[in-house]
Amino acid sequence: MPVGRRAVLGTGTAAVFIAGVAPGPDAAAGETRGEATVATVTVELHVNGASHRLTLDPRTTLLDALREHLALTGSKKGCDHGQCGACTVLLDGRRINACLTLAVLHDGQPVTTIEGLADGETLHPLQAAFIEHDGFQCGYCTSGQICSAAGMLEESRAGMPSFVTADLAEPQPPLTDDEIRERMSGNICRCAAYPNIVAAIRKAAEIRA
Amino acid sequence: MKPFAFERPASVMDAAIAAAVPGASIIAGGTNLLDLMKLQVETPSRLIDINRLALDRIEPTPEGGLRIGTLVRNSDIAADIRVRQHYGVLSRALLAGASAQVRNKATTGGNLLQRTRCYYFYDISKPCNKRRPGSGCAAIGGFNRIHAILGTSQSCIATHPSDMAVAMRVLDAVVETIKPDGSKRAIAIAGFHRLPGSTPQVETVLERGETIIAVRLPPPLPGVHIYRKVRDRASFAFALVSVAAVIQMAGGRIQSARLAFGGLAHKPWRVPAAEQTLEGEAPSPAVFQAAADAVLAGAKGFGSNDFKIPLTRRTLHAVMAQATHS
Ligand SMILES: Cc1cc2nc3c(=O)[nH]c(=O)nc-3n(C[C@H](O)[C@H](O)[C@H](O)COP(=O)(O)OP(=O)(O)OC[C@H]3O[C@@H](n4cnc5c(N)ncnc54)[C@H](O)[C@@H]3O)c2cc1C
Ligand code: SF4
Ligand code: FES
Ligand code: FES
Repeated sequence: MPVGRRAVLGTGTAAVFIAGVAPGPDAAAGETRGEATVATVTVELHVNGASHRLTLDPRTTLLDALREHLALTGSKKGCDHGQCGACTVLLDGRRINACLTLAVLHDGQPVTTIEGLADGETLHPLQAAFIEHDGFQCGYCTSGQICSAAGMLEESRAGMPSFVTADLAEPQPPLTDDEIRERMSGNICRCAAYPNIVAAIRKAAEIRA
Repeated sequence: MKPFAFERPASVMDAAIAAAVPGASIIAGGTNLLDLMKLQVETPSRLIDINRLALDRIEPTPEGGLRIGTLVRNSDIAADIRVRQHYGVLSRALLAGASAQVRNKATTGGNLLQRTRCYYFYDISKPCNKRRPGSGCAAIGGFNRIHAILGTSQSCIATHPSDMAVAMRVLDAVVETIKPDGSKRAIAIAGFHRLPGSTPQVETVLERGETIIAVRLPPPLPGVHIYRKVRDRASFAFALVSVAAVIQMAGGRIQSARLAFGGLAHKPWRVPAAEQTLEGEAPSPAVFQAAADAVLAGAKGFGSNDFKIPLTRRTLHAVMAQATHS
């Protein structure tokens, strides 16, 4: 039941809600948990096809909501600053860093995580290709790599160019290995499994083509 | 992260009113603001979520240009076929910035207003006039490899990190805003960002609460569009030096040249005198050298960033050689 971006915007525009926060006396002491009275917000997250109503501190990132509140620990926290891609999820089908956004910003929007890619017991073609091509060593970056690759293949299919695309006016730039590398540069692999990651993504791209 | 109240205004006017409350901050993609809030470099007490306002379209203007809503994501500007065909320098600059994940969230206005990547600005244990006015500048006399060589002051030598803004500067884009009293204004990008002077915490000419609605691009500029970015790794790194260029040739001569630079100053850097040195000339290393001299007039290194002076020169040469096939 994918909810379209438009539909979400339509229902959301008139809503005004304020989560009052009484600033604690000790406002300089970092995380003021237990001291300041932090008003909570109610957020409805649509994750992997299921709807969840969560009562959250508005500071909760989408990544922490997934991992700590929904126990979906497939999305990883590497840097928590948008620099590594381990937390990559699909928001309305587009890849984003779940660590650099707040859950409350995505009230009512569909999110897909690594847990939602397989079709029952049948692996997503990218998951199967990562196994076949040994696209990982420790595996910490892998769920982010795979979610990112899923978003990337959609972008490529939609004709989106990249920095290495020779001719921007070309409506459907071919997905060469150089293109895959550039388009996947937001996902760092500390084990440097890069050659196998590229091979796995190429394989999945060929299957879908 | 400090606690904050969360608010979702129903209109841009309401957003501007809400943003004018002391301590309030607009949140768009959140990719810069949340990064800084996690480190307590930014500590807003209210967040104004503008993401559900209808500001996400790219429309043609009556003059033959494009009007890009502030909520159009960086990736969607870069992928728009009109931008790719007629404003190649903008598409390339956007694609050179950050990662695909960040670009899918980053917005037009948020990109223009992103803060510096100066390491001392990010480290709240260090003095920084931009973060804490009057506390000093740890970059002057410190490690300043990524810092500015032009337009600096004794208070601050930070650079503006945006790639997109450099392309918008070369295209002479116009920033459209709304103020809390409902009045609107159009600000030429040339005058949008400020030099640090003695108030490096004031980075643009925006007034309290003034909210970006859109960025307007003038009609397309003919010629070769190039965005060249020099950085520590080939992708997903900020620019050390970048050049946005739109060069038109006629009969073996440079008919018009527009050049803007990133990584050099507190704002995208553009020097009309440098462009004039090139116009009407046949391309040659001597002519490019004269243009580089004009760009770098008054340039000053601070130790670790001295290399940016020759690097700017060489990058300009490379871009001009590519643009003029010389
Ligand atoms: C790992 C990483 C690498 C990056 N690399 C690059 C790079 O190479 N090149 C590059 O150019 N950038 C880079 N960026 C920066 C990125 O481009 C910015 O974070 C992004 O453009 C900010 O947009 P946003 O919508 O997320 O802004 P936000 O974080 O939502 O907001 C940024 C600021 O703008 C204000 N604001 C937003 N919209 C409005 C509005 N409409 N009116 C008034 N105020 C507004 C906010 O209050 C805030 O102060 C990188 C970022 C990350 C995390
Ligand atoms: S260069 Fe500017 S931002 Fe960096 S420490 Fe100095 S004052 Fe702060
Ligand atoms: S954890 Fe989100 S990008 Fe590293
Ligand atoms: S497999 Fe270990 S970080 Fe990528």
